[in-house]
Amino acid sequence: MSEQRSTVAPATESSPRGGGAASTPSPLKRLMAGSAGRNLGLVIALALLVIVGGATAGERFLSIDNMLTIIRFASIIGVISIGMTFVITAGGIDLSVGSVMGLATVVASLTAVQLAATQTSWVLMVLIALLVGMAAGLVNGIVIAYGNVVAFMATLAMLVGARGLAELISNRSTQIVNNTGFLSFTRADFIGVPVLIWIFVLVAAAAWFLLNRTTFGRRTVAIGGNREAAKLAGLNVKRHIVYLYVLSGLTAGIAAIMMLGRTTAGTSTHGTLYELDAIAAVVVGGTLLIGGRGTIVGTVLGVLIFSTLTNVFTQNNLSTSVQNVAKGVIIVVAVLLQQRFASRGKSS
Amino acid sequence: MIEDDHSPSLLDVRQITKSFAGVAALRGVDLTVRAGEVHCVLGQNGAGKSTLIKTLSGVHQPDGGTIHWQGEPTTIASPVAALGLGIATMYQELDVVDGLTVAENIFLGHENARGGVLRVAGSNRLAGELMTRLGHGSISPKTEVGTLSAANKQIVSMARALSHDTKLIIMDEPSAVLDSEEVKNLFRVVRELTASGIAVIYISHRLEEIRQIGDRITVIKDGRSTASGLAVSATPTAELIRLMTGRDVANVFPARVPVAADSPVVLQVEDLGLRGEFSGVDFTVRAGEIVGLAGLVGSGRSEILETVYGARKASTGRVSVSGTALRAGSVDSAVAAGIGLSPEERKSQGLLLDEPVFKNITLSTFGRFAVGGVLNDRRERDAAVEQIAALELRPDDPDRITRTLSGGNQQKILLARWLVHGTRVLLLDEPTRGVDVGARAEIYALIRRLAAAGNAIVIVSSEIEEVLGLADRVLVIGDGRVLATKDSTDIDEHGVLDLVMKGSAA
Repeated sequence: MSEQRSTVAPATESSPRGGGAASTPSPLKRLMAGSAGRNLGLVIALALLVIVGGATAGERFLSIDNMLTIIRFASIIGVISIGMTFVITAGGIDLSVGSVMGLATVVASLTAVQLAATQTSWVLMVLIALLVGMAAGLVNGIVIAYGNVVAFMATLAMLVGARGLAELISNRSTQIVNNTGFLSFTRADFIGVPVLIWIFVLVAAAAWFLLNRTTFGRRTVAIGGNREAAKLAGLNVKRHIVYLYVLSGLTAGIAAIMMLGRTTAGTSTHGTLYELDAIAAVVVGGTLLIGGRGTIVGTVLGVLIFSTLTNVFTQNNLSTSVQNVAKGVIIVVAVLLQQRFASRGKSS
Repeated sequence: MIEDDHSPSLLDVRQITKSFAGVAALRGVDLTVRAGEVHCVLGQNGAGKSTLIKTLSGVHQPDGGTIHWQGEPTTIASPVAALGLGIATMYQELDVVDGLTVAENIFLGHENARGGVLRVAGSNRLAGELMTRLGHGSISPKTEVGTLSAANKQIVSMARALSHDTKLIIMDEPSAVLDSEEVKNLFRVVRELTASGIAVIYISHRLEEIRQIGDRITVIKDGRSTASGLAVSATPTAELIRLMTGRDVANVFPARVPVAADSPVVLQVEDLGLRGEFSGVDFTVRAGEIVGLAGLVGSGRSEILETVYGARKASTGRVSVSGTALRAGSVDSAVAAGIGLSPEERKSQGLLLDEPVFKNITLSTFGRFAVGGVLNDRRERDAAVEQIAALELRPDDPDRITRTLSGGNQQKILLARWLVHGTRVLLLDEPTRGVDVGARAEIYALIRRLAAAGNAIVIVSSEIEEVLGLADRVLVIGDGRVLATKDSTDIDEHGVLDLVMKGSAA
């Protein structure tokens, strides 16, 4: 019966009531009112930051090297933010990503250092980092979906728990990874662009496809838009929620590998407060915190905005305290602007 | 026509007529409004409600008939003359100026000024008093109106009406722009106005609103008043529908098609129970049959439907589709077996309001149009468009945001969803809640056609007439039990209520 579709012949006797002479806006207007318009706002914000950077720090800021530095700086938090985008789009939140990433660096680096020090084993280390992230996400997902624990509390518990576990396992010491195969891979350039950036680009492209072009993405948006309706339409909401947190854990695992490549060190303090940076980037990017609308392009732009801001401030020798104040202001302004757009969209 | 004259009429309209370029818009309307009442004017779109309002507010002059105001024959020559008499009108399209403040809007056209100099402080104070009187003292008179919600703009519009010495306020479909919480607030304000002696003419086509707020009703059909001054509480819904549509309820509901004797049982419910809600529910539905659950709010009727669907986990009994038992508490298993539910709360349980229509239609089936998890937008949209045409969804734009559709069309989306899926059993909970009367007949016809296409249908409605008019068989539910099962032609509304009352007393 699955493929059969019943159709009903049009009623012969129908009331001739007006057939909606609704004004159809021009395609451009439609596009601008939608995601393109919101993304344009982010692009303008980013352009302004670049202009400020160029004006205050000149060549030093505008060099290709510095641009790559900005993107490389954005890539780790960017990958985490992309996982977070899915969770938030579905109406959830994952506070544990930073400490799960820390835990994954610890477990993976211990494996590399102690158990399998051969040069070919670094693929094993990568797999272990991914598995640790996914396992933590699986626990989050099951507790949230089947234990009916609020996502905020369940992932807060994981934040604390994973950090503690990482400290226990590492005995609060830092493991140095000196596997040359691994380091030469993560530090390589490909067409002049560092591998870390390529990872970010690939993850973002795959995520864009997943969110916008697959059944997985459609389910994610449906659950965030109206969980009850999704359930009553026959979607397996609980199972999908588990998948979403596993996905978020997976991106934390990928970020852990990138972090190991960049710092060569596995330590329990990696990723502290990354969850807040990720949430800020996602929300500034235009994904609704209450769920139902998500944008990967927006998240990428959000991450780049914060990373550029940090770079501009650093180039001008301003302290991190000043940076944090500016970040706070940007978050509030972005959310206020979003609300204005949202209310305008509804009234029109 | 009911005429009991304890209170003198404020407005008395007799047989007014109006034509535009030879086309008669009003062919003879009677309307009598008393001080302090909410008088509802009911009619389908195009019946002549708007022309009547514009005649009373001085925009149009009638071609014939008489208007008496406070007992005196009157002509209402212009909108200013109407305001001078004490007749204020709130139009459906909010007629406030966004760029002005609340106070400036309220006194627009009769500014508080001396020698051309505005007395701003005085206006603000008076505006504040009016807003307070309407229960919205928290809105500052200095607020720019463009920043207010639709509901609050309406309050400003009402305050403007009151800023004149108003005795009658005409409200043209005021609820059209409001959500249910805002409608409640509107009703509270209306009650306060009428308590102070002001009369309200309330235009709507939503029967449930009229039941809540109206004192008397005048029904207009094809430019004529088919009934004038009926008491709301004494007029059954069926009578109103007949007056509005000219069809008997028997005609509003589609003709029953006898279910073939050899038609197979599709849905079988045995000894179904949910702890604390209901128990021992047994019934079967055959292909092509419509079974109704009738009962009062809280009788357990919606819970039974949700348990059959697996959205609640049954504590006893079982549900089978064509002989195969479903897993208790599993919506997936019900949907896979070909059951579809149209839930009670369409907006909170059924639809993604901010998504386009086509994605709502394919919410249960989008996976079918995907290859290896990759969506195929074109095939998906084609399937939705096919149903949009078949169900005559208006407007017929698959990309339209669902929130902007009327209740009747949103209901059609839910039915379309299951048509795309291909169901054998349809569970319809309050399929016409929030659907205007004209569109109801369409939904009824659609449900009947779904049955004729071989679906087994179970319908729940708080309107007993609807259940009796639509269903072949009726289960009377009270206190979580099935009190009786009857052919719907063997029982009437009184019979159902009698059973319910006896059942609860026992």
